[in-house]
Amino acid sequence: MMRIHAELQGVTRVYPATPTHSAVHALGPVDLALGRGEFFSVVGPSGCGKSTLLEVLAGLAQPTAGSITFESATIQGAVPDGVGVVFQDDASFPWLNVRENVAFGLKRARLPAAEVRERVEYALSFMGLDDFALAYPAQLSGGMRQRVCIARTLVTQPRLILLDEPFGALDQQTRLLMGDELLRVWRETGATVLLITHALDEAAMLSDRVGVMSARPGRIIEVVKTGWSRDRDSRLASDAQFGNITSRLWRVLREESLKGLGRTGTPPRKQETI
Amino acid sequence: MIRRALEVFLFLAALTALWQLLYLVSGDVALSSPRDTAIAAMELLIAESFWRHVRETFSAFGYALFIAAGGGLALGLGLGLHRLSGAVAEPILVSLYSLPKITLYPLILLVFGLGMSAKVAFGALHGIVPVTLFCMNAVRTVNPAYLKTGRIMRVSRGAMVFTIVLPAALPEVFSGLRVCFSLTLLGVLIGEMFASQRGLGFLIMNAVGLHDVRTVMAITLLLAAFAVCANSVLLMADLRLHRRV
Ligand SMILES: Nc1ncnc2c1ncn2[C@@H]1O[C@H](COP(=O)(O)OP(=O)(O)OP(=O)(O)O)[C@@H](O)[C@H]1O
Ligand SMILES: [Mg+2]
Repeated sequence: MMRIHAELQGVTRVYPATPTHSAVHALGPVDLALGRGEFFSVVGPSGCGKSTLLEVLAGLAQPTAGSITFESATIQGAVPDGVGVVFQDDASFPWLNVRENVAFGLKRARLPAAEVRERVEYALSFMGLDDFALAYPAQLSGGMRQRVCIARTLVTQPRLILLDEPFGALDQQTRLLMGDELLRVWRETGATVLLITHALDEAAMLSDRVGVMSARPGRIIEVVKTGWSRDRDSRLASDAQFGNITSRLWRVLREESLKGLGRTGTPPRKQETI
Repeated sequence: MIRRALEVFLFLAALTALWQLLYLVSGDVALSSPRDTAIAAMELLIAESFWRHVRETFSAFGYALFIAAGGGLALGLGLGLHRLSGAVAEPILVSLYSLPKITLYPLILLVFGLGMSAKVAFGALHGIVPVTLFCMNAVRTVNPAYLKTGRIMRVSRGAMVFTIVLPAALPEVFSGLRVCFSLTLLGVLIGEMFASQRGLGFLIMNAVGLHDVRTVMAITLLLAAFAVCANSVLLMADLRLHRRV
């Protein structure tokens, strides 16, 4: 039986009405339990509430109903210690160079300077950024900036790492390689990982389990177990089981994506590819 | 670099040629020739009394700039962080920005009396609005992902302002400061022109009264040279900051 690390129970989030918009029921109710050290991915049609799910779990946003626990303590709209997030939008600080960016999260931690230096250097080399330590984000490609953000998260040694479509802006090849790096992080840190992605193959390749979300308001309608070993990597893509998982995810998701587009189960005119 | 210097030189040469042409057309009454003006400027630069006026103008400018920049930054930061007051203040600030501020000068003279403080106030009044507006907008539009990152790193609200909001807003704020610099100088000079016994603005008006076209043009030339130099330095810094984003 897995030990639960983080858990959402009956979590919903409604964005309240504003003078220009009516209220938006973005999420839930969602029930989800993440095992300690598990790699869990979430896929879902665009706008279904994936980012909202992440924000609520991270304590960045208050749930409208339901409860969230992390390491047996309730999260009440405040960020708990031990959570790291890589956001969907590029969040590297343009006014700091790569090393300063990576060290940012340790500035206020009361750590000895040597320890800070060691962690920063380790994260830089782990993410392959040694040669760019003094570069500014504006001089880097999108993929490298995202690596800076991952390194910045890693130095704080989070026990729960949340990633919101971190490779969304990358090309397919880079994405696969970044996936390998993410697996490496996961293996070496022993952290629990929640990855949000729109790429089914990425979810199928990286995860222990994949949760499929419905169209908005997003609920988790199916959880697919992959059964990969811990030392997997992107070479899985040629495994027969990989195809099975991907097509199973797509079967569930296709219906929901059509709903998200405002259509229902009619066959699409154009053949859609995975 | 050499190309750039050549461009600047050609531009200045063209400007001087145009000036000479205008002088030939209009004659001594309206303009002085480039050569006369340059000589007059030299004469000014070696005169003790001229530097007294320069000191007067620039100390007023210094105070005004300090008040405008400091006040504008504080005000802009506050209004940017607090949405409601920002929303209330913005239309007021925008209309103040477009108002010809000379219409307020009599009022300022009434409040501050003739002298230094009126000039400073008038200069600061010109400069404070752009800094406030730029700073407010910059703070408001800081990438929400930066702020979320700060919260995830458990940065306190106060520290967030100094480690994230201000650095993120800096390029825009600096553009505001650049505009502030020019407008404050303008404000101080206008202030001196209409109600002062000292300073470069006064010197110009005095020369106008005496029909001393040479002096008017020489002072204008020196001021223009200063403004162009200062502004290009600021513009360079501005571009540098914006390139990082
Ligand atoms: N601040 C907000 N105010 C009102 N509605 C919001 C807000 N943020 C998100 N929403 C709405 O909530 C729904 C879910 O948004 P969310 O960003 O969580 O979706 P997502 O699944 O992450 O989308 P994507 O795939 O595009 O990243 C969307 O319909 C969105 O329009
Ligand atoms: Mg999202």
